[in-house]
Amino acid sequence: MPNPQLNAHGELAHLLSIDGLSRDILTRILDTASSFLEVSDRDVKKVPLLRGKSVFNLFFENSTRTRTTFEIAAKRLSADVINLDVARSSTAKGETLLDTIDNLVAMHADMFVVRHAASGAPYLIVDHLRRTGRSDVRVVNAGDGRHAHPTQGLLDMYTIRHYKKDFAHLTVAIVGDILHSRVARSDILALNTMGVAEVRAVGPQTLLPTALEKMGVRVCHDLHDGLRGCDVVIMLRLQNERMNGTLLPSAREYFKCYGLTPKTLALAKPDAIVMHPGPMNRGVEIASEVADGPQAVILPQVTFGIAVRMAVMSILAGN
Amino acid sequence: MLPTPLPDAEAQCAALAELIRPQLQANTLLVGIHSGGAWIARRLNERLALPGEIGLINVSFYRDDFGEKGLHPQIKPTSIPFDVEGRSLILIDDVLFTGRTTRAAINELFDYGRPASIKLAVLADRGGRELPIYAEFCTWYPKLDPAEELVLETDASGHFHWRNPEHA
Repeated sequence: MPNPQLNAHGELAHLLSIDGLSRDILTRILDTASSFLEVSDRDVKKVPLLRGKSVFNLFFENSTRTRTTFEIAAKRLSADVINLDVARSSTAKGETLLDTIDNLVAMHADMFVVRHAASGAPYLIVDHLRRTGRSDVRVVNAGDGRHAHPTQGLLDMYTIRHYKKDFAHLTVAIVGDILHSRVARSDILALNTMGVAEVRAVGPQTLLPTALEKMGVRVCHDLHDGLRGCDVVIMLRLQNERMNGTLLPSAREYFKCYGLTPKTLALAKPDAIVMHPGPMNRGVEIASEVADGPQAVILPQVTFGIAVRMAVMSILAGN
Repeated sequence: MLPTPLPDAEAQCAALAELIRPQLQANTLLVGIHSGGAWIARRLNERLALPGEIGLINVSFYRDDFGEKGLHPQIKPTSIPFDVEGRSLILIDDVLFTGRTTRAAINELFDYGRPASIKLAVLADRGGRELPIYAEFCTWYPKLDPAEELVLETDASGHFHWRNPEHA
């Protein structure tokens, strides 16, 4: 099956997943993002690339932060942004996903930014647009179920490249709830595509998917083993609903075993950076001393995230 | 038809500096358009011994053919390391043709503030304008067919020279 993200010339037409994207395509997005970074420092924080285009934010699952960063990115490209609170309107009234899409296409949408609780929902939309002859409408996956969150994966690569310059000799530890994390999946795929030396997945057995080794990952159940000598630590958010179920005894217990503290971070290389996709649970997966410490690059991640999303949207619109 | 050999781009660069020199003001700053214009702006800045840094502009985000051509894969960031408000800017490019690049550059500069004036300096004006744009400073007016190309290049030692792919 051809990659539904690429057009007939092998160029990126939609961004659905890191899976199947070459290092060249990823590098081009990162390079483009670095030129957009400067736009946000200007007096007039806008360039006219997407002037007159309508970008629809379709968030079937709540996420204020991701929605806001996409909105800012689209607005800095001069697009018109329409935020649909789909969870509370049409879907609640019984409209199907594809009927919603057809209606918005009839309103001359140029791009959809889609967040959905069901893995694969953005693929369904791309396939539907293709079958209805509207492949000119672009789709960006802003997170689908447990499957993928490609723009987060890209902004994490941007952050790593910014601080470490080269991927080749890096050891990267991803710590936490990898089982439920689309961020972890996108990061693992992207890190392997960019050619890092080693990716480690660190967490309790109950929060690591089986057969993770097949993704080219070294599994560590012990935080100390996982952090030792690594260059980059990516902490994942532990979602509240996982804390009191059968997967984990308690938040406090989790912090004791897997929380990143100055002491555990000292096992990593002295110049290791600490990343987190946000929002953070201080005192659950990360101690405040680390989150606010000199090795944390969590706020720069947010800044880079805008530039990366500007790059993705303008590349899609131009292909 | 272009003369053979092609004129010496280094000599043109020196001549361009002398055209600009009498019109320099205390608040003059040079802004080069990527990539050829940026090279020339650097050279002019040295030659004219201007105290400030030069600005570099990349018009990729302002082009009017984005819809047809998309984004160029290698975009260098724009960098305007000074406040443009009230300055006399001289925009530098290698070749002036349709004027669309100049239009995009002017638009971009205005997103940084309101300059007192913007003038245009180029090594070559090949005609064929599609917009009302004029180069105040120019050293060469070659006659070319619309499809013909004229490209400024630098060699390993950083010397400028013209290339005319048709005749290469």
